[in-house]
This record gives sequence, structure tokens and C-alpha cells, in this order.
Amino acid sequence: MASESGASSGEYISHHLTNLTLGQRPDGSWGIAHSNEEIAQMGFWAINLDTLGFSVVLGALFLLLFHWVARRVTTGVPGRSQNLIEMTVEFVNNNIKSMFTHDSKTIGPLALTVFVWVLLMNVMDLVPVDLLPRLAELTGVPYLKVVPSTDVNVTMGLALSVFLLILFFSVKQKGAGGFAAELCFHPFGKIAAPINFILESVTLIAKPISLGLRLFGNLYAGEMIFILIALLPWWIQWTLSVPWAIFHILIIFLQAFIFMVLTIVYLAMAFAVEEH
Amino acid sequence: MNINLTILGQMVSFAIFVWFCARYIWPPIVNAMQEREKKIADGLAAADRATRDLELAQDRAAERLKEAKREAAGIVEQSRRQANSVLDEAKAKALEEAERIKVAAEAEIEREFNRAREELRNKVAMLVVAGAEQILQREVGEAANSELVDSLTAQL
Repeated sequence: MASESGASSGEYISHHLTNLTLGQRPDGSWGIAHSNEEIAQMGFWAINLDTLGFSVVLGALFLLLFHWVARRVTTGVPGRSQNLIEMTVEFVNNNIKSMFTHDSKTIGPLALTVFVWVLLMNVMDLVPVDLLPRLAELTGVPYLKVVPSTDVNVTMGLALSVFLLILFFSVKQKGAGGFAAELCFHPFGKIAAPINFILESVTLIAKPISLGLRLFGNLYAGEMIFILIALLPWWIQWTLSVPWAIFHILIIFLQAFIFMVLTIVYLAMAFAVEEH
Repeated sequence: MNINLTILGQMVSFAIFVWFCARYIWPPIVNAMQEREKKIADGLAAADRATRDLELAQDRAAERLKEAKREAAGIVEQSRRQANSVLDEAKAKALEEAERIKVAAEAEIEREFNRAREELRNKVAMLVVAGAEQILQREVGEAANSELVDSLTAQL
């Protein structure tokens, strides 16, 4: 325990919540930040190596697994791995069918990627909080934040991508004029266009923000509680960490599911051409 | 938890992942699932059809069986009638034949009887004439003799 080895609880927590950041130091050299101040000085032009690494590895894992099955897919009796993959795909597909009535080749792969990737990133939350950071410390890596979805860059990155898709499909389906009309003429009719525009813009922008921050908040809080439990004496930890982990399985799945469903719903709204 | 370049990296990898998924993963799996769904639906439809066909075939077989039974009964009845008629005919023919043979035999017997009687009568007449000839000898002429024989023959 960090607290037992001399460092204060505050330092322990903040250590666990700090990313391994690569960026340009104030003196102009590039390198890995060794403190929170250094990270703050790096500003926007820095990369969280741990976040990006874990998320890309997990995404690649998802693609490799599904691609491995997709190459050997059979229309006869499916094997065990194919069954699992098909269950996942069918689950996603059923959600799409019930919410997305338009014709699109993008929505299926998009929803599947969002669901499985977010789920895998969330599952990293169940890895014991100290295990990987401690191993990293032994090999000289100063910080390691294991759960990518507790990094706001990941969740907002996904949410912004979805937002761009919303804009793209809105313009594609309705035309630029149609999309503008939807923003300006909607709640109160054509007379109150400026007010409508303000209201509709808020609605539009709230979509990615709520989407990204919901996932971030849930997973960040969950991780935080695991860290707090890790501050307790080792012999009592299991009484809290086991129930919380079991409960957290639900959150892990639920947040991935919600992210996928909202992605589908937002895109369905973007596809819908409303009558004026 | 600062926003930094990671967000762009995330967006780029997300785009690549979605592209890869749309290119290599989603279509084969979904197609396979749809194809299997169709196969199962076809199989169920075929099973339904087969059940209906079986019912029809059973009905037809029962119908055919009943018909065959009826036909067989008809044939048996007909052959029995035919056998009876053949028997009757044969009996009648036999009776007729017997009657004919009997009549022929009776006629034959009659004829034989008549012939024997005639022969006997002639022989007796000749014997009588011979006897009388011996008794009378010279006293009766040849002419009177033959007259006598004729009258005797007529009397017999």
C-alpha cells in the first residue's frame, strides 16, 4: 500500500489518476512528464501514452477476435466462438432494428465497434487497481492509468466522432438548407427563428457532451471507489472490493450499452427528415 | 485528465476501427446469420410441406386399399358364380349324355331281341318242316309241301 509505504493517501490517489503523458516540456525537449505540474505545462500538445496504448490494444483485440471468427464463419451449426460473436452481433443488430428504421451501411459496424470497444475498455476497471501500475513502476514507468474510459480524452473523442457523424448524416440526408431549417424553425415556428436556433444548438451540442461525460463520469467514479477501497488495510479490502466489483460488472455493461443505444438514437434522429 | 492530443488519436483510431469493422467483420457475420435464418425457415417450410404430402399420400393409400378390397370381393363373387354355372352345365350335359346312352342301349336291345326272335322262328319252322317231311315223305308233293311250310311260318 502506498499509504503504508510512507506516501500520503492523497498522493496515492493522485498517482493513480495521472496519465503517462508524453509531451513537449517548457524547455523545448520532448519527454515523459514526471509530475502533474509538468503535464499541466505541456498543455494540449501532449499524448496520454497509457490511454492511447490500452485503447488501441483493446480495439485491436476486438477486431482480431471478430475478424478471426468472421473469416471462418459458417451458415451451418456455429461453433462456440462463432456463437459468442453472433450473440453479440445479434444483440447489437436487434437494438438497431428497434431504433433505427432507415437504411444505412454505417450504423451496424459503428454500433458494434462502439459497444464492444467501450465494453472492453470498461472491463479494464476490473483489473486490480494496483497490479499494472505497480508492475509499470518496477520497470521505471512513472504513471499508468489502466482504464482508458476513465480518461476524458477517450470518452470525448468517441462522443465527438459520433457528433461529427450526426452532422455529416444530417447534412447528407436533409441537405445543408434542410439541416439549417431544422435548427431554426423547430420548436416555435418561423417567426422565432433566432430563439429556435439557440435552443436547437444547445440540444445539438448537449448530445456529444452528455454522451462523453456520462461514460467518463461513471467509470471515473467507479475507478475512484476501487482506489479508495485499496487504501484500506489489505485484510479488509475484499469485503468492499468484491461487492463493488460485482456491482461494477453491471455498470461496465450498462454504460457500454447506453453509449451504443444513444449513438444509434442520435444517428436515427439525424437520418429522420421532419416535415415543416 | 486534461484534454490533449489523445482525443485526436482516439478519434482517428475510432475511425479506423469502424472502417475495419464495416469492411471485414460486419458483412460476413450478418450475411451468414441471415443465410442461416433463411435456411432454417426453408427447412421448416419443407417439413410442413412434407407433413401435408404424407397426409395426402396416406389418404390416397387408404382409398386405393379400399378400392382393391372391393375389386377383390367382386372378382371372388364373379368366379364363384362362374364355377356354379360351369358345374350346372356339366351336370346337365352328363345327365343328357346318360339319357342318350340309355336310349341307344334300349334300342339296341330291342333290335337284338327282334332279330333273335325272327331267327328262332325261321329255325323252328324249318325244324317243323323237316320233321313233317320225314313223317309224310312221298305222300305229299313238293308243291303241297312248300304251301304247308309257308302257312306254318305265317302261323308262328
